[in-house]
Amino acid sequence: MMRTRFLPTPALMVLAVAALVAVIASPARALDIQRIEGGGVEAWLVEDHSLPVIALKAAFRGGASLDPAGKEGLARMTGALLDEGAGEMSATAFQDALEDRAIELGFGADLDALGVSLRALSRDGDAAVDLLNLALTRPRFDADAIERIRGQLQSRVRQAADEPDSVAWDAYLKASFPDHVYGRPVEGTLESLAAITAEDLKTFARDALTRDRLIVAIVGDVTPSDASRMLATAFGNLPLSGPSSDVPNVEPRTGLGVLVRPVEARQSSLVFGQGGVWRDDPDYYVYAVVSRIFGGGGLTSRLFDAVREEEGLAYSISASPMQLDHAALFIGRGGTVNERVGETIDVVRREWRRLHDEGVTADEVTDAKAYLIGSFPLGLTSSSRIASTLVSLQQENLGIDYIDRRAALIGAVGLEDANRIARSKFNADALTIVVAGEPDGDVGKH
Amino acid sequence: MRRQRCSFGALRRLGAALTIIGLLALGTAASAADGVFNAETFELANGMTVIVVPQPRQTAVTHMVWYKVGAVDEPRGKSGMAHFLEHLMFKGTDTHAAGEFSQLVARGGGRDNAFTSSDYTAYFQTVAKDQLPLMMALEADRMTGVVFEPGQVEAERQVILEERHSRVDNEPESLLAEQLNAVQYVTHPYRNPVIGWEHDIRAVSVDDLRAFYDRWYAPNNAILVVAGDVTTEEVRPLAEQYYGVLAAEPLPPRLEGSEPPPIAARQIVIRDQRVSQATWQRSYLSPSYRFGETKHAYSLQVLAQILGGGPTSRLYRRLVVGDATAAPLAVSAYASYDPMNNGPSRFAVHASPKPGVDVDRIEAVVDWELDAMRAGEIGDEELERAKRRLQADQTYARDSLFASALNVGQAAVIGLPLDHVERWPEEIAAVTKEQIAEAARDVLAAPRSVTAFLPARDEAAAALQ
Repeated sequence: MMRTRFLPTPALMVLAVAALVAVIASPARALDIQRIEGGGVEAWLVEDHSLPVIALKAAFRGGASLDPAGKEGLARMTGALLDEGAGEMSATAFQDALEDRAIELGFGADLDALGVSLRALSRDGDAAVDLLNLALTRPRFDADAIERIRGQLQSRVRQAADEPDSVAWDAYLKASFPDHVYGRPVEGTLESLAAITAEDLKTFARDALTRDRLIVAIVGDVTPSDASRMLATAFGNLPLSGPSSDVPNVEPRTGLGVLVRPVEARQSSLVFGQGGVWRDDPDYYVYAVVSRIFGGGGLTSRLFDAVREEEGLAYSISASPMQLDHAALFIGRGGTVNERVGETIDVVRREWRRLHDEGVTADEVTDAKAYLIGSFPLGLTSSSRIASTLVSLQQENLGIDYIDRRAALIGAVGLEDANRIARSKFNADALTIVVAGEPDGDVGKH
Repeated sequence: MRRQRCSFGALRRLGAALTIIGLLALGTAASAADGVFNAETFELANGMTVIVVPQPRQTAVTHMVWYKVGAVDEPRGKSGMAHFLEHLMFKGTDTHAAGEFSQLVARGGGRDNAFTSSDYTAYFQTVAKDQLPLMMALEADRMTGVVFEPGQVEAERQVILEERHSRVDNEPESLLAEQLNAVQYVTHPYRNPVIGWEHDIRAVSVDDLRAFYDRWYAPNNAILVVAGDVTTEEVRPLAEQYYGVLAAEPLPPRLEGSEPPPIAARQIVIRDQRVSQATWQRSYLSPSYRFGETKHAYSLQVLAQILGGGPTSRLYRRLVVGDATAAPLAVSAYASYDPMNNGPSRFAVHASPKPGVDVDRIEAVVDWELDAMRAGEIGDEELERAKRRLQADQTYARDSLFASALNVGQAAVIGLPLDHVERWPEEIAAVTKEQIAEAARDVLAAPRSVTAFLPARDEAAAALQ
């Protein structure tokens, strides 16, 4: 099962990162995060005994970036097979065991991690981590299960080839990272999925599901001592480490102009962007504020106003930082009817130029800071969302005290800094714009 | 139903009934509560209903206003108008400029959006508690003060057409669902897509929209839901201050939709060159909580779970997993049923055949399993497992602020008492095999059905793979 942060659709990948920008600050109630340890594994815990539910989220760093060449999709396929039979249990027996207690267990993969999502009623917490451990340490990879999941993943790949959104996203990453693992499709191709063997899956599970790659968060109706015990049960007997992987940092290729990928469709999908600012850059928070002003999220931003509100060119239009472990991007997405693609590209370029040339206003900076500071606690509206956020904070190496520091970091952003970043980091000539659909005319001229 | 593999999210499945102004992922929409909500309700002097859903653990509050008006209330030839109006509600009032509402929400770190269904239209914001009075002031303001500026309406018409292109026209599966709906309902206005037919979206006038707004938007046609760390004692004076001052207005009677007795099993096919993965669906005209043989509404939920609720369900096992005697035929299979409608619901079975598999073979397996249901061939264990899962989903839904507000509001806006939501787990627990069999015999009958097929563009080529 692929759910939560690790859903395969590119749109959600951008959304997930957009959520990261809005990380943490707490004018209302601070989140009380405890650091716990069990079986040699560390985790962040938030206790909440008001509902009988436990949510556990985890990530093994690596994910699809570890897929061998020619075996693209291996991380995702491994994830999809972990709950398809483990130990003495066949796939059906394993699924029965989960369903008997309404335990939700899912695995998925993105460019940087293989993710784990577990949710159970608190009375079933022990059974849930037993099953999780079995899936991680003794997956069976039975032949019938492999063929079933291969068929499902290939079906998804065939569908994606018909969808402008998917085609545009894959083409954007391929163009940006021609010589890097990030340029390859996380979901694989028909051929690469066909080439994956049981041995490949076993090797990936053994090498990539190790404690040195692991990040865990637990939220809900569980005491620290019980959570420590669950942690030891779930992960304690995983190997400490596997073969080291060496994924290099990379700067995306930019300024490629307009690239058209033909797909039969009424509406074209646009993916556009340039390089971003790295998460550990001292200017990151300035960049986050400028990004919010420009690309938004929700129903307010310069792009939203110009493209949707003023011109009626698109239903959805936004742009935001996309921070990967080894690259920093700023990416926007939108969709418009084939006849208006050229016009939409013009408006996007015009707004990009205006940001660079004229900068932002003091009011815009004030509003964006208020949004970024205020939105974090307001997003913590379920145990699963809190747990996902805690995993993300750890993936970004932000520290357990980050929540307390965040408001001040954003609050310190000033107008002059914002305009310095608008000028130095946003450049219309650096844009790459991918159009998937059947755009009218020569959109390359735009 | 939950749990589909791959990327068809909750939104896609709700798509026919629910369209949304922005990019919003509705979470798992389980059906109701089991008493832990402890929702409380009261009415203002002007007839506006208020419901408070106390969630002391939450930092944020969700503020929602639901109107008892939706696509079913649109005049003939004006489909999509309820949804069009929903978009215009963000375009400013006599006292607030276009987009100002959303800006004020964002300034507090909050999020706002809206959604339209056949039966209702709802607006919501998730904000910090201290923003609640501001939200009420703004929402009350746009209940009566929306301006209809022709230039803005035209720009928004283009936005809505783009929304239709992305949600429906670009997706052959959505086109199939839209056509299926139009064939399933012979006379009931559920036959029209909530987003509207394209020619209707293009034709609706500013005057049409203003008249629709004037007719239906009034406090006595609205329900306020506030969920979060709030009490009735806190909400009541605020509701009275901001909403209580609005005057009640005379409301026209709502059309009571009806359907003639179904007598024809119908089949539809869309051949579309864009499709590389075939999909198949069989849908039956069904009772809901409010229409037809409502006694079947709970049995059908358990039936959908047993038949097609996730990887342990019968259809998934038979069609996707296969067994020693039969190779798998499909890449996905599930059932869906949602009784939360004023009018007749649909019970549907969905499957995506593996490349080269003849859809007749899928249909034969589905018919076999449906016959087993009609005969009451249901194991004690699978019945209990299905109930446990439905009730656990309920608990999981309570874990989410938005899902809590959504469940309570949805029930209220179609006229169900709060008690209905609170009693849901007991009703599910009481469902028997005999009741499931009876529901299957009554509802899953050929004359009530539409079978829809979207073949892959080149079945022959697919067969060779």
